[in-house]
Amino acid sequence: MKSEYKELDNLLILKITEEIDHHTTEKIRRKMDNEITRYMPRKILLDFNEVSFMDSAGIGLLIGRYKTSRLIGGTMEIVNATPAVKKVLEMSGVTRIIKITEGQKIV
Amino acid sequence: MRGLYDNEMKLEFLSKSSNEAFARITVAAFASQLDPTIEEISDIKTAVSEAVTNCIIHAYEDEEGIVKVVTRLINNVVEIEISDSGKGIENIELARKPLYTTKSNLERSGMGFTIMESFMDEVNINSVVGIGTKITMKKAIKKEEVQETISEEKNTKLIV
Ligand SMILES: Nc1ncnc2c1ncn2[C@@H]1O[C@H](COP(=O)(O)OP(=O)(O)OP(=O)(O)O)[C@@H](O)[C@H]1O
Ligand SMILES: [Mg+2]
Repeated sequence: MKSEYKELDNLLILKITEEIDHHTTEKIRRKMDNEITRYMPRKILLDFNEVSFMDSAGIGLLIGRYKTSRLIGGTMEIVNATPAVKKVLEMSGVTRIIKITEGQKIV
Repeated sequence: MRGLYDNEMKLEFLSKSSNEAFARITVAAFASQLDPTIEEISDIKTAVSEAVTNCIIHAYEDEEGIVKVVTRLINNVVEIEISDSGKGIENIELARKPLYTTKSNLERSGMGFTIMESFMDEVNINSVVGIGTKITMKKAIKKEEVQETISEEKNTKLIV
């Protein structure tokens, strides 16, 4: 995972760079939580451009981080989701609470 | 002599989370003999990952056990059997329901079976408490009509 904090906008960009399954989530969760508690951002952008695989473990991970972001009064968005990941996000209903934005190049 | 199936493979591995990626990639590579689309392959990968992960987290919990995966190709259908000798499922009806999980403390979403059912054509659950669980999933690989279009295009090119 790579991260970038833009102080001016109070924006935290987290770019996930591995497949998201039960095996990888614990590490990703720890890193995300570290960055979120460090910066307390108003807005979190999750860049999924390099996530080629995600299963239900990712849904739990995302909903958990979404709750944290709400607790600190911020928002969360997913950008650049690949088709396979988008399908899981849409069918599970995650997109009803976390918005997916398309075609942005950020990091 | 020709067997009952066109092709078959079997995997057995320890219930370690590092084997989740191994299992889904191996099944996908085997199924690719049927020439699936990228979307069909990723559907299969996701469903396998769900069933294998369930064996590791729910069936064996903190113990180590064996997960078995059998994949068969029958005409254009991929049939995948994923089984464990773990604790079994008490209420299968309930387990299938979206958002139902017995491990919500671990940030599980309870969407595993829902994903398997939506990404595969058929999902059967056989389970006996104290004995184990076997999930059987089937997916037909659609033969595309794209081929016709390609040959038409070729003809056009030849004429030109
Ligand atoms: N192989 C298994 N052995 C024993 N119990 C199982 C097995 N597979 C599933 N279950 C039970 O069925 C429930 C539902 O499974 P499902 O995969 O839908 O959700 P989950 O694994 O709890 O969460 P998620 O898959 O979203 O991370 C589980 O919580 C568990 O109680
Ligand atoms: Mg599951």
